[in-house]
Formats: sequence, C-alpha cells, structure tokens
Amino acid sequence: MKMSYREAIRQAMHEALAADPRVFLMGEDVGKYGGAYACSKGLLEVFGPERIRDTPLSELGFVGAGIGAALGGLRPIVEVMTVNFSLLALDQIVNTAAALRHMSGGQFSVPLVIRMATGAGRQLAAQHSHSLENWYAHIPGIKVLAPATIADARGMLAPALADPDPVVIFEHAQLYNLEGELSEDFRCDITSAAVRREGTAVTLITYGGSLPKTLAAAEELAGAGIDAEVIDLRVLRPLDTTTLFASVKKTHRAVVVDEGWKSGSLAAEVMARIAEEAFFELDAPLKRVCGAEVPIPYAKHMEAAALPQAPKIVAAVRELLGK
Amino acid sequence: MIAPPPSAPVPWEQDFAQKLLFDMLRIRRMEEKCAELYGEQKIRGFLHLYIGEEACAVGALHALEPDDSVVATYREHGHALVRGVSMNSIMAEMFGKVAGCSRGRGGSMHLFDAATRFYGGNAIVGGGLPLAVGLALADRMLSRPHVTVCFFGEGAMAEGAFHESMNLAALWQLPVLFCCENNLYAMGTALARSEAQTDLCAKAASYCVPAMKADGMDVVAVHKATRLAAQHVRDGLGPFFLELQTFRFRAHSMFDPELYRDKAEVEAWKQRGPLHTFSARLKAEGKLTEEAFLALDARANAEVQAAVAFAEAAEWEPEADLLKDVHTAGAAS
Repeated sequence: MKMSYREAIRQAMHEALAADPRVFLMGEDVGKYGGAYACSKGLLEVFGPERIRDTPLSELGFVGAGIGAALGGLRPIVEVMTVNFSLLALDQIVNTAAALRHMSGGQFSVPLVIRMATGAGRQLAAQHSHSLENWYAHIPGIKVLAPATIADARGMLAPALADPDPVVIFEHAQLYNLEGELSEDFRCDITSAAVRREGTAVTLITYGGSLPKTLAAAEELAGAGIDAEVIDLRVLRPLDTTTLFASVKKTHRAVVVDEGWKSGSLAAEVMARIAEEAFFELDAPLKRVCGAEVPIPYAKHMEAAALPQAPKIVAAVRELLGK
Repeated sequence: MIAPPPSAPVPWEQDFAQKLLFDMLRIRRMEEKCAELYGEQKIRGFLHLYIGEEACAVGALHALEPDDSVVATYREHGHALVRGVSMNSIMAEMFGKVAGCSRGRGGSMHLFDAATRFYGGNAIVGGGLPLAVGLALADRMLSRPHVTVCFFGEGAMAEGAFHESMNLAALWQLPVLFCCENNLYAMGTALARSEAQTDLCAKAASYCVPAMKADGMDVVAVHKATRLAAQHVRDGLGPFFLELQTFRFRAHSMFDPELYRDKAEVEAWKQRGPLHTFSARLKAEGKLTEEAFLALDARANAEVQAAVAFAEAAEWEPEADLLKDVHTAGAAS
C-alpha cells in the first residue's frame, strides 16, 4: 500500500489509541489544528479532546505532566513540535523521566513516548532546524529512535508504547512527505540497526533524514563501480553495534553520515565504537560527513551547504577509496 | 478563601491529638539524629533538615487518604515518614544501604515509596509540580477519586514549572493540591529579594486557583486547612493552593553558614516552634500529661535508635548491581 511517512505516523497513533484506552496524545496543536506537521489530523474527531489533548505552550509543563500520567498508569504519547523546543523540557526528560527508575531503586518506571520533529531542510532557520538527537542519545534511562522509512514510521510506535521505560522518537521534518510502499509486514523491533543496501566496498552508516541522501549517494557510487553498504541505525540509544561491526568486518571501511554538528556528534560515538572494538578490521581511516558547525541559516543555498548532501557523501567515499 | 480562625481549643480527641504530636516528635528526633550522624560522616551528600516545619507535613498528610499521591521536595524526610515509609528504610537510605527506600541510590533528597504512593524526593526546585499535574491527570482520566498533593517551597514559585503547572491544573480542572511551605528563604534568598509579588496566594489566584493561607507552625491550623482544601479537590472542584507559613530552624543544608539571616529572627520563630506550642496547648487542655509526653518522646527516640541500628547493620548494594534498574528488567537495554 502506498502512503506517506506522515500518514504512517498517523495510522500508528490511530491504531495505538484504538487498541489501548490508556494511550492518549498530548501536545501543542495536536487536536483542532491537526498537528504542526499534520500527523494527528482527524484523530480529535475519532478519539475526542480528552485523548487528543491540546496543551498550552508549556513544554516543561506538559512533558512533565506526561511523566506523571505515565506514573499514574496511562500510556501518554507526548508530541513536542521540534527538538529545538524540547530544550525547554530537557529538565523533566533528563532529571526525571530518565533518572526516576534507577534513582527510586527500581520502584517507578516511566512508560512515556515523546515524539518530536528534528532536522533542517525547510528554510526554518536557526531555531527550528537543529538535529540534537545525540543530546538525548547521551542519556542513560531513555531509548532513542529515529524512524527513517515508511515502515519504521508505521511500526516503531507500538513497541515504543509497549516499552516500560521512556522512549524518544525523532521524526525528521524532511521525511514527512516521503512516499513509499508499506508492506503488510511492518511490525518491527526497536533494538536493531538495519542494512538498507548491501555492498562490499564501504559501509555508510546513517540515520533519520540522512538515509535518503545516503542511499542516493550509494546509487551514484554504484554507477562508478563502488558497491556501498548502507546501514540505518534506527535506534540511536542503545546502539546496535553488532550490526555495525558485522558490516565493517565485511567492507573494512566506514563513513558516517550525520546531520548533527561534527563536534561531540553521534557520528563521533559511532566512530569511537568502531575504533575501540573493530579497529583491526579497518583498511582505511574512518570518515564522516556531518552538518557544518553553524546555526542553520535561512537562505536556501546556505542551508543546503550546511547539511550533508549526496555529492558530499560521494566525495568522502571516493577520497577514502582513492578512486 | 479566608483561613480558618485560630484554633483553640484543639478540636480533637486525645488519641488523635497525641498521634500528631508523636509524628512531629518522630520527625524531630530522627532529624536531630541525622545531623549528628552527618557529623560522624555516616550520612553524606546534601542533608536538608525540616526541623521547625514539622507541623506542615504532619498536619497536611494526616488529612489525606491512603490512595492519594504525594510529591515532595528535597526536604522530604518528614513527609516520607508521616506518609508511612518506615524510619528504618529512610535511615538506611541516608546511609546509602540497599535496604533503603530507594536502595541507596537516592539518599536524603530522593526518598521514594511505591507502596504509599510517595513519588519523591525531587531535588530540582519546582520539578515535582508538572509530575503532580500528570498524576492528577491520570486519576482524572481513569476516574479515580484521588488527590495528588504536591509540596514545594516558596522559592519554587519563581520557576517556570510553577506557572506552567498551575495553568495546566486550572485549565484542565485537575485534582491537585498545591501545598507551598513558605519558609521565607529560598536557600539564602529572602522572599522579598526574589519576588516582585510576595503575596503567594495572589499568584495562585491569578491562575483562577482558589488559595488559602494557614499558620504552618500550628499543626491544628494546617490540618484544618488541608482537610478543607483536599475536600475541595476531591469534590472535583479543581486544584487548590495552600500556603503554609513556616520557618526552618536549621541551616538550608549542612554546608550553609547562615550569613543571610539574623539569629534574632530565628530565635523569634523558635518561640513559635510547633512541638512545644502544641504540647503546651494539649497540656493546658488536659489532653496530655508530662508523663505522657515523656513516654511519646521516649518511643520516638527508641524508634530512631532502632532505625540507626538497622541502617548500620544493613548491607551495601553489590557493585555488580550498578546498572540494574536503569531500564526495566526484561526490556532491551
């Protein structure tokens, strides 16, 4: 069945709300407006204002309320409009949601799902475009997901809601209009990375909004006789290093593609893991293609220049292979 | 709403009156011992004593039902104890032992207890307020007739979390009792030095939340006010804000040299100390004899002694358990 990434998210929420009366959606403009990215369009009419709950602009307040509601026996899906705004709620996520179970000696789990848009590419400038997935992936006690395909957009929510601990889901804003076939078998885990393209010459490791660019780069490389393997991390915390190491063992080269800023990036973590545990499999230094270290600018050409793009990925691979 | 008139005579039977006095004594004696143990380095980290404020926790928590939820701050030893967390497990927690109510992971600032619906123990000022809103939202959506009481200090009222939480609770008419223990100093900053509006009830009223002040040094006044407030909340009339005017007799924490307030101010408040004023009233009304007081005090001290012995003898958590409970067992980690 052909559908958009946005529709896949909407169907996943519809299914979850219909299946479990404890599930509800809460966030800014999720109800009457239909969601800032239209992911919850039509749900208010089906499930009513108690369960499709519009909130004031109070990220700290409603994310914290989501934590409390989860403790109280509900299964909230809290939508934060963008990762930039989630910084206003960081205290509740880091100091409470992530810490509570360990800090209480295992007494209180927080079965909360937080969804938020991330990433650049829509000319929304420096306060709506950042990729801060690595900030969350740094924190013990939460799981971090980055659905990059229609199937993952459709399939990841159910296991996230079934998880007894907090899960943060990042939806790249550039993916919402992505269209594709959804097979009937979209059920998935939230533990493993996925090999999106098999290859032998080099491993390209990426996640979220950079996956389509990386796959495009791999196609171009194939035209030049370079057979790249593409790995979609899917789960940013905890990292599935087994899949990464297996690929590196096969290709002996790796390039990481990450829209986040290079310094302290998730790419840095991935490279460090490979260097620590698969160093002797490598035939070449590790490389990465990251976001330029600037606040994302507004002008279209400048924004594009700040982000990983297929030609940059191709160039990085060619440089690595000396071809 | 107007505060209830000063409450003499004590409107309670002897048993209940002595029970509340006993709980205040238990907190006082436990914390005096904690201060001593801090000096002996048995207890480390931050230790925020509640001494002087006991009437607040005792009066308020005795107005709640067992299924109500309690959210507290980092000055919560008394709240945990009165709520029903055993002194043994509180003391073991302070020692960092695995028999502690948070397995030794939380310490003084993070006492938790699922059995009594005691949700901490929050060391981020204002951090518990959104949590309380969410607990109340769950009660509402699951049609449970419970109250969530959230304790915080007046310092928290400068935090955005206070304003966001008041608005959410009022907007959604949630069953939250916001209980502000106004001890006049946010660590070392006096109320008038940190707030343009020092009438705390006026702040609550600006969110359309009914508000009431009560004398936080008088366990009778606190209890009466909390009963009224909790009933309002339980009746489905939305949140309520209660300001308990109180004072801590000790330093903010064990590191505080108290440069910011006069000894005379502290001494003046001590004259209104909740333990000796209440016991004097009970004696004057024939509801307490000196012998009975001494017997209660001896029982409190014996409980403290037993708790210390329990904590001393308790085991340390094995280091191998360090990563346990970061995630729920069985779920992917």
